[in-house]
Amino acid sequence: MSTQTYTAQDFKSDQYVRWCPGCGDFAILNSIYKAMAELGVDPSQTAVISGIGCSSRLTYYMNTYGFHTIHGRAAAVATGVKCANPDLTVWQFTGDGDCLAIGGNHFIHAVRRNIDINIVLHNNEIYGLTKGQYSPTSKKGLVTKSSPFGTIERPFRPAELTFGARGTFFARTIDVDTKVSPEVMMAAAKHKGTSVVEVLQNCVIFNDGAHKEISSKEARAEKTILLEHGKPMIFGKENEKGLVLDGFNLKVVTLGENGITEKDILVHNATTEDNTLHLKLANMTGPDMPVAMGVIRNVETNTYNDELVQQIESVQEKSNIKTFDDLLKSLDSWEI
Amino acid sequence: MSKTAKVIELDQVVVRFSGDSGDGMQLTGTLFSNLSAILGNEISTFPDYPAEIRAPQGTLGGVSGFQVHLGSQKINTPGDKADVLVAMNPAALKVNVKAIKPGGVILFDENTFDDAGLKKAGFTTDNPFEELGLQNVQLLGAPLTDLTKLSLEDSGFDNKTIVRSKNMFALGLACWLFNRPIDKAQHFLETKFAKKPAILRANLKVLIDGFNYGSNTHAAVSTYHIGKSEIDKGRYTSINGNKATAFGLIAAAEKAGLQLFLGSYPITPATDIMHELAARKDLGVRVVQSEDEIAGICTAIGASFAGNLAATSTSGPGLALKSEAIGLAVTAELPLVIVDVQRGGPSTGLPTKTEQADLLQALYGRNGECPLVVLAAGTPDDCFDYAYMAAKIAVEHVTPVILLTDGFIANGTSLWKLPKLSKYPAIVVPRPTQDAGSWKAYMRDPEKLNRYWVAPGTPGYAHRLGGLEKDFITGAISTDPKNHQKMVDIRQAKIDKIADYIPELEVYGDTSADTLIIGWGGTYGHLRSAVDKLNETGNKTALAHFNYIMPLPKNTRDILSKYKKIVVCELNNGQFASYLRSQFPEISILKFNKVQGQPFEIHEIVEHITSL
Repeated sequence: MSTQTYTAQDFKSDQYVRWCPGCGDFAILNSIYKAMAELGVDPSQTAVISGIGCSSRLTYYMNTYGFHTIHGRAAAVATGVKCANPDLTVWQFTGDGDCLAIGGNHFIHAVRRNIDINIVLHNNEIYGLTKGQYSPTSKKGLVTKSSPFGTIERPFRPAELTFGARGTFFARTIDVDTKVSPEVMMAAAKHKGTSVVEVLQNCVIFNDGAHKEISSKEARAEKTILLEHGKPMIFGKENEKGLVLDGFNLKVVTLGENGITEKDILVHNATTEDNTLHLKLANMTGPDMPVAMGVIRNVETNTYNDELVQQIESVQEKSNIKTFDDLLKSLDSWEI
Repeated sequence: MSKTAKVIELDQVVVRFSGDSGDGMQLTGTLFSNLSAILGNEISTFPDYPAEIRAPQGTLGGVSGFQVHLGSQKINTPGDKADVLVAMNPAALKVNVKAIKPGGVILFDENTFDDAGLKKAGFTTDNPFEELGLQNVQLLGAPLTDLTKLSLEDSGFDNKTIVRSKNMFALGLACWLFNRPIDKAQHFLETKFAKKPAILRANLKVLIDGFNYGSNTHAAVSTYHIGKSEIDKGRYTSINGNKATAFGLIAAAEKAGLQLFLGSYPITPATDIMHELAARKDLGVRVVQSEDEIAGICTAIGASFAGNLAATSTSGPGLALKSEAIGLAVTAELPLVIVDVQRGGPSTGLPTKTEQADLLQALYGRNGECPLVVLAAGTPDDCFDYAYMAAKIAVEHVTPVILLTDGFIANGTSLWKLPKLSKYPAIVVPRPTQDAGSWKAYMRDPEKLNRYWVAPGTPGYAHRLGGLEKDFITGAISTDPKNHQKMVDIRQAKIDKIADYIPELEVYGDTSADTLIIGWGGTYGHLRSAVDKLNETGNKTALAHFNYIMPLPKNTRDILSKYKKIVVCELNNGQFASYLRSQFPEISILKFNKVQGQPFEIHEIVEHITSL
């Protein structure tokens, strides 16, 4: 990593940012600037790939190499970029429609391959740029322009999909949390393999308040839990609540009640290969359970790009074919 | 008992091996053609196989064929009809009845021509030859299955494995019939079965027994000899179009000093390009077998953005899926080679059969004004040259290039003189001439009109590309009406300009003729042979064959306007004819078309032209 230091300013392009006033994407963009500056990767060594949608416009606001591609395909383009030049730090910015509807196939296969890219999924549970249709993450019953009587579709849970595709990194944050957001993005960048960061994002125009239950500072303390590797799963305004296992399920307990002490509380282990508890944590929803934030899963295993390079190197070591002419010489051929 | 059969000298012969798709006919045919090539013959081959991997045994649907044309002179095609048909069962005979020349030889396995076999193939009498009206043929029956069983009775193999070796008995017989020394075949088998010594021994034994059977029993009245061909001296191999395409891309990457990347999804008949490239890790080729066709091209676009020579390979249905992404590569202006190995369409169509019906899709099958370069290879071996040129144009002019081949040349083989890469034109990567401070993403080379190609990782040149319309210079998003017009115009002008960098169209045959046959792509061999035949018989004819489709060679109008009668011959309903008419509305153009999933036959063209 370079020894040069960067500021958020080094990552800002000269383009005017054109999201709607009040859009959650502004806060996400600032968190990204902050995370990239702290990471210290040269903007010239950074490639930002996006598909189509409000979130995907983000590419133009970055002073890095960037490619605003076509709807749903950013994960495939990013895969090509990383394979072609594994030295680059590759980011993908995407939304719930781009990533999980039209791009669902590329998303699960990128995750399955564990290619070393960082996917930031802006989840506002709505299609914004096409003006308000339900998305694959919209809550069942949501009334939108394409579901005037409420959607009858069951939504995806991005974490579940990530784990189903054998994902090695999943984190969650919310747009307004400008402290946790840059932290989990940095953790995503440092993780080798496909990192998925779900950012709960507010669409002020078409789905305002989708995450309002947990968006205020007070609500975040009461209704979310920030998971940190190696630390007890404690939350609440006074850090008075915690999570324990009750049979196969998670349960909220209050410290000091029924003889519960901090020693009884689960300690978060993001690095365990078994994703059973990670899935349980990621799937927690209100009102009975807190929504899990922070790095929920962070497991190191071989990446596709590393294996690709290693395989080439090991074949090259053993092969006498170094050039095209050598290849021709290796063919069955004869003089005429 | 050994006698010497009379040897008849031939200057060319067509042999068709035919049997169940599990009978190993492709291997048999390949071995036979390779060892003929070693003996100095010109070769051209054509595998014709069903889409089903293993159709029900003995049925018409499961017949797999491999045609080999050998000659002591220049061979352009695998031949129309066969002098010798090797029929492993009655179904193979029935399917190929129209493919046998009058007076031809039919070598068949008597054991499979039993009641059950005849019934499976739909024969109603016990004499299939008579039933098919085959009179003027020489029948050469032998109990191939029984003889193979005898040959391997002490081998310890199970019956199924033994019977599977009967293709080697047929090959041995064919080798005897055509005076091909079997020690050459032995060499190929040793390579093929290097890891299976027991199978190798069995195959060799059956092969030798087959040869000796022919020789000892004097199975035919006469055998044949085809002399050495008088082609350029040099080192040769036999190659099919898919392998040649893969090699062309490898050669271009080396010449350009770029890493080669292929993003591809398996699809018949293009998959062998991916197989060839995936095997070339020694040369650093990066292959991603993607999750779908769209990801195939999108990974390639990503790799191109990141500075690799990037390609994707597919066939018609896959090209359709890639359309939107091709548009992205056109507007982002990135180098990219898209290989479309055409097959019968529409939809899934005829996956294993050949056609030229993707031309208009390649030229126009995208939303918006979306020009790119279209090339078409003409023969199995020149797939190498056109893949090389596709890569050269893509890189130097910073544009996607579609290379059209087809099932016929992709799977067919021809003799290939090993190329000297040093003799191929340089490939110069267009890097910006401006320094980082003054460079903008859409500045252009004043001559070629291409923008410059800078890969991520280059300090100071960070820039954003995308599918939205962009400013003429900076590349920032622009919705300005006049700017859009300018961008549409310059993207087209960039492609048109490439006409200055490609060879002019050449005319073959009798250039003073009134009649000009026009063709493009994989019909080259058939059209050339037809023109030769027409001129030999006093029907003066010329041939203009196109490999550069978009843009067209600069002298196209000049050449077309010289001829009174122009006939565009193609394996579709007239797509190239329509294209030429749209480009040269003042020129009258006739057309001759065939859409049967099969190549032209030379006589069809000859008959059509003489009938005009």
